[in-house]
Amino acid sequence: MKLSVRSISKVFHHSQRESTTALENLSFDVQAGEFICLLGPSGCGKTTLLNIIAGLDQPDSGTVLIDGKEIIGPGRDRVVIFQEPSLFPWLNVVDNVSFGLDCIGIPKKKQAPKIVEYLRMVGLSSFKKAYMHELSGGMKQRVALARALAIEPDILLMDEPFAALDAQTRDMLHSELQEIWRATGKTILFVTHNVREALVLGDRVLLLSARPGRLKRDFRCQLPRPRHIEDFALVEAVRDVLSDLREEVLAAQQKELDHEKLVS
Amino acid sequence: MKSWFLRICFYALLILVWEILARLEIWPSYIFPSPSKVLLSIWNGFADGSYPLAIYISLRRLAMGYGISLVLGISLGILLGRIQIVQKTLGSLILGLQALPSVCWLPLALLWFGLSEKAIIFVVIMGAVLSISLATADGIRNTPPLFLNAAKTMGAAGFQLYFRVILPAALPSIVSGMKLGWSFAWRSLMAGELLYVGLGLGHLLTMGRELNDMSQVIAVMLIIVMIGLLVDFLVFAPIERAIRERWGLQTAR
Repeated sequence: MKLSVRSISKVFHHSQRESTTALENLSFDVQAGEFICLLGPSGCGKTTLLNIIAGLDQPDSGTVLIDGKEIIGPGRDRVVIFQEPSLFPWLNVVDNVSFGLDCIGIPKKKQAPKIVEYLRMVGLSSFKKAYMHELSGGMKQRVALARALAIEPDILLMDEPFAALDAQTRDMLHSELQEIWRATGKTILFVTHNVREALVLGDRVLLLSARPGRLKRDFRCQLPRPRHIEDFALVEAVRDVLSDLREEVLAAQQKELDHEKLVS
Repeated sequence: MKSWFLRICFYALLILVWEILARLEIWPSYIFPSPSKVLLSIWNGFADGSYPLAIYISLRRLAMGYGISLVLGISLGILLGRIQIVQKTLGSLILGLQALPSVCWLPLALLWFGLSEKAIIFVVIMGAVLSISLATADGIRNTPPLFLNAAKTMGAAGFQLYFRVILPAALPSIVSGMKLGWSFAWRSLMAGELLYVGLGLGHLLTMGRELNDMSQVIAVMLIIVMIGLLVDFLVFAPIERAIRERWGLQTAR
């Protein structure tokens, strides 16, 4: 088992009386090389879960195991790609990718071939010297992807990385990500609130319930790849998952309404 | 191009009107000297070596005071920005002391260090260090958590996090603090030299007054303005431009 999430719970305390249970007793296992999509209504704790797996946040109870070993903080075996491009504006494309390689202690001399390889993989070979403000949103996420891949982690943790992009760019990145996954064999955990995105990308789609986040459904998606958003079989599957998700979205909205009534 | 031309015309006209007014001798020349007299005064000052010496002495004091302020201010700013308890205690003191015009430190400095270089450099430091440390602390506190998380997930820690993420991210704020600090340092130095401490440009101003030499007073004022503009033009403008371009903050002209 590559990654095991064992009965994770997390509560956020806003004040002495108010608190939100973000995750409750959540468990699942991920095989090496699997492409997992974590799907759920917004505010169901998907990002919290990803941060816990990344080691950026601690659960109140439960453990995360990687190759059978409990994690203690961030590690180079798993890298996060965030929703907002987290690239450094004071560095150009090459230096941004090189930053990650510096962090894991690869000498400058040995970095060049890796940088070339991964920039080619994400299709940015001709933008080596560009600064971040000169790139479009999609290009920024490609740089972030190259930076993460260059470290050569076993697991990629992706937190709605394409949510802020326009539909065409997103479609393109979906097929590229599938291709990169096929070529590199990474284990990918991809957080999204978009059912279509989840089914285009994932081998498995884990549907989380509205707050508190629990595992509602573990959906295996065996459709042939490469998949496209308009494939007929995919549309069928989307309809199926969507009806489950809709329940959760309604439940989430109801909870927010109840909360507002309680407050007012 | 047009604004250049406009500006040159403006200053040419200003000097012309000034010259004409002076030649009309409405006021005596020891109150209202002509620009040509001021120019002559600058020429004489440079010829007898008194101006270059004063400029050298003032700039040396400034360089020492400002240099120490930079090191002290940025280190202090890092502590203020990263450690809550320092921010809550020392931070309030620094904020309070900023309300004190730095030349007010001069009597204290004279009692502590005597009529010496140390006293004036102390005043320059008190002028610059506070604003540099506050701006640095501000920049560090406002480092986007996203940058920190991204660096951490790639395995950055400790010094790497400080020198490769936090400080670069705070750079725009640190530079504006440095600029503010420089102008405070320059003002403090002039005030200090004017009041007590011998030699330097401020002292030349006092001498001009004591000798009733108005053209020297105006000449030295012009030199002080020129040095201020020159430092801004040669040091801060290029740094700020580089940062704006790098960060993509360049505004359309």
